This record gives sequence, structure tokens and C-alpha cells, in this order.
Amino acid sequence: MTGNEAVAEAMRQVNPDVVAAYPITPQTEIVQIFSTFVADGLVKTEFVTVESEHSAMSATIGAAAAGARAMTATSSQGFALMWEMLYIAAGLRLPIVMPVVNRALSAPINIHCDHSDTMGARDSGWIQIFSENAQEAYDNVIQAVRIAESRDVLLPAMVCMDGFIVSHGMESVKLLKDEEVRGFIGGYEPAYSLLDVDHPITVGALDFADWYFEHKRQEAAAEVPVAEVVRRVGEEYGKLSGRSYGLFEAYRLDDAEVAVVALGSTAGTAKAVVDELRREGVRAGVLKIRLYRPFPGDEIVRVLSGVKAIAVLDRSDTFSTMGGPVFIDIKASMYAPIYDDSVYDDSVHGPVRGSTHDRDARDTGARDTTQRPVIVNYIYGLGGRDIDLEQIRKVYERLQAIATTGEAGQCVSYLGVRE
Amino acid sequence: MDEKGWRDVPIAGLIIEPGTARGYKTGEWRTHRPVWDPEKCINCFLCWIYCPDSAIQVKDGKVAGIDLEHCKGCGICAHECPSKVRAINMVLESEAEAEDGGKGNEETGGEANRGEADSDKADCGKAGCERGSVKW
Repeated sequence: MTGNEAVAEAMRQVNPDVVAAYPITPQTEIVQIFSTFVADGLVKTEFVTVESEHSAMSATIGAAAAGARAMTATSSQGFALMWEMLYIAAGLRLPIVMPVVNRALSAPINIHCDHSDTMGARDSGWIQIFSENAQEAYDNVIQAVRIAESRDVLLPAMVCMDGFIVSHGMESVKLLKDEEVRGFIGGYEPAYSLLDVDHPITVGALDFADWYFEHKRQEAAAEVPVAEVVRRVGEEYGKLSGRSYGLFEAYRLDDAEVAVVALGSTAGTAKAVVDELRREGVRAGVLKIRLYRPFPGDEIVRVLSGVKAIAVLDRSDTFSTMGGPVFIDIKASMYAPIYDDSVYDDSVHGPVRGSTHDRDARDTGARDTTQRPVIVNYIYGLGGRDIDLEQIRKVYERLQAIATTGEAGQCVSYLGVRE
Repeated sequence: MDEKGWRDVPIAGLIIEPGTARGYKTGEWRTHRPVWDPEKCINCFLCWIYCPDSAIQVKDGKVAGIDLEHCKGCGICAHECPSKVRAINMVLESEAEAEDGGKGNEETGGEANRGEADSDKADCGKAGCERGSVKW
């Protein structure tokens, strides 16, 4: 099945109370297929056909605030139209799950894959999980329900997959049984509900300078335990399905001297290149980031610490002259541990919340900057431009030269653009 | 300002106790104060009907005064008071305060009751009540 079919199937098995959605290429199939499930009575979902993505997210937020397990899905311009409401979903701490089929943003108009849409919302407070293929997209949607609804978290989560490459590519996908998914996600107990007449509440009240800061501080703290919850849910999902998940996949990284960091389908292409290079005796590896927000920077730096040269592949640009977003995040993480005990201590968050950050790394303070790997950035694949084995091989060849000489040269490059 | 920190208030800016607007005194927003003359008042209740802040106080079927802790001084009551009666007149707040020594305006103002929610009071008393779930 295609990625879109797999995600629609996951949504059928989750059987949310409410789905409010608007079609947009390449997401359309997800909600189209799901609407047939509704029409055929295979789910008990209230399906709301709205007039825009802004309304789709608004209706989803309203449903979630009323205590419903609510979902939507979108892409690109539609995602951009949701912008205002994205922040409200996160600020109201509503555990909405939203598959996003990654597509380029206009202008110029383009319907094909890159990560510009969701990367723009990387600081909206949403959890962002990237999928390499249809199987992962399916698995991630089911896990995202548990992650978002965790009482340690209570944040909305988007599950990202590459437009057309994954959403329309046909591959075999192993599905769980309906009752297995139901058992895994469990029944939904909202943290709060507008319809709970025994506990009347006000949602979305004015919050001026006297309290707004405290509520945003809570939101920032809620991101801290996400990594641990993602790991815990990923392990539990592994016991159920045989497919375990962590924060990232470290592919042949143990003894790697050169490594590529990528998100989504490109990680699969890079793994194929690594297999070729390994046969030739090159110590190459791949780091595929799965949890992108909140960014597990400390863990990523640790797993990359033995590598001599790293290339971060970004399928979007920040137009900041600083390179792509993933590159900027990793570079920042390499400078020093972001948070220490003085900010996020165990006494405040409990062992689960505190354990996402490495105690040893915190104790040493700033990192040993003399041992840092050399890191370069490639922006590639914008607007669906293909990236192939040969291009990634050339990246590894450059990394080998960097590893030998220690000279990085130009830090940010564009891969596959015509000069 | 309430001294409670971010760990001690309900998540997401929720207000988990009903009726907290009572504790949010908006009277200090006022520039003009309605001054009510009980001698002239004919108890037609037009001011009571039109007041957007429910600040017209009523006792035993008669207008009893104006809740200056919540009256924002919009002047609608004075406008709606029949022109032949004119029992309510708007005067500058500063002048009114100078006259009564601030007695008519004792509100502290601006204190949102956000952090005051008493979980015991908000708890419905049912076994397994999950009221704590909206707490950080």
C-alpha cells in the first residue's frame, strides 16, 4: 500500500472521535480514504468537512477541548494556513495527532516533496516525528497517539512523511490487528473537557503579563519529558509489533568515521550508499532523525561524537544564510549541553522528566570543543528534486577528504542544483 | 500580583473554578464614574437592563446602587436613564475621588483570580476525581 493508505488505515484503527479535515495534494488521499471509512460505518468518527485548513485545525482544537480524541491531516499551503491555530493547539496542551505529508511551499508553486512546510512550524510547540517510509508512517501515527496523550506530555504531535515519495509510493506494510491497536492506544481520558459539567472550566481566557509567561514556561517544560516518552512508547510498540523505535536510528554508526544526517526517505537512500561503502571498506554511517521536535540534541551529539566528519542533509532552507534547520540545530547542540540541572532538575520533573538529559554531559558543562567533528551542510531536494545514490556517494567522498585533512571548506552547499 | 510560580497554576491558562470574574475587579479601568441619585430614580430598571457589566445593584425590587468594583464607566446607564429623570450622571473619576476621598472606589483592581483556584473546592468529591490532571 501507499503511505497515504497506510496512514488512513492507522487512523481507522485509532478510530478518533472527531476528524476535521480539508483536502490538499499530496495529503488528499488520507482524508478521502478515511471519509469512506466514515461513510461505510467502519469508524464512529464525526467527520467534519470544513472550508479551509484554518477551520480544520480550529474544529479539531474545539473537539479536543471538548474532550474528544481528535485528528486532522494536511500538507504545505494548507499547513501554512493552519499556522495561527497550531500555536493554540500547543498552548492549550491538546494532544491532537496530525499526519503531515511534506510538500514545498509557494512561491513558485510546487506540489512535490520538501520539508519547508513542517520545518517552519518547528518552534510552534508541536512534537514532530519524521517517517522514512510507509511502514514508519503507519507505526508513527499509532505511537503518536500515546506520546501526545501521555500525562507527562499533553502536547499535539505531527507525523511527517515525504510527499509522493512516501505518500504515493507503493510498498509492503505490516499492519497490526484492530484490537492490537485499540489495546495499545487504550481508551481516551482527556486531561480536561469543556463538556465535563461537574468541573466547569474556562478555556482560552485572556492571559496578560501577570500569567502568560508562567503558562509558556509550563509548555517549555512539557517538552522535556517527550524524548523519554517517545523512547518508552517505541519500545512498547516493538514488543507488540516487532518494530522498535527510538529518538533516531543510528545506522552503522558505531565505528563510523564519516556520517550523513538525514530525515525521512532520504535516510533510506543514504543507508543503501553506506552498505556499498562498507563493502569497499569505508567506515560510513547514517543518523536518521526520527524525533525532530523537541530536538534530542544531547543524545544526537553523543551518538555522533566518535565521527570525524558529518554532513547534514536538509530538505529545506532557512534563508538565514546559516544553512538548513537541522544543520543549525546540530551545530548548536555541539557547542554545549542545552539544559542543565539548574533549569530542568529531577526534583521538579521527577526521574522520567529529568532522565532525558545525560547526567555526565551536564556535569562536565561545556563540551570539549577540540574533539568536535567537522560538520558541513547540504541543502537538497527542494520542490521534489530527486536525490540519488551517486549524489550521496559524492557527499561521503567529500567527508572522507575532510576526515583526512580536517579542512571543511565551504560549510553550506546546495546539492543537485544546476549551477 | 499573585506570587504563585509556573508549577503551581493549572496548565494552558485554564480557569478551573467557576465565577472567578467576581474576583477580577475591572473598576479601575474607569475614567468617568456614574453617580446615582436615589431621590430622582424612578426604578424603571433601564440601566439594569443595559449595563454590560451587571454593575447595577438591586435590592428588594429597587435600584440600590452601583458596583464600582466592576463598573468600567462606559456611561450606558446614564445614557439610557430617561431624559426627564436623569438619575445617573457621569463625572470624572478623579473629581469623584477627590470628593469622596476614594471611598467609592476601594477596589484593588487587576488581580486575576487565575492562581487562586482551590482544588478542594473545585473537586466534585466523586471517587477517582481526576481534578489534578490539569495541574502541572
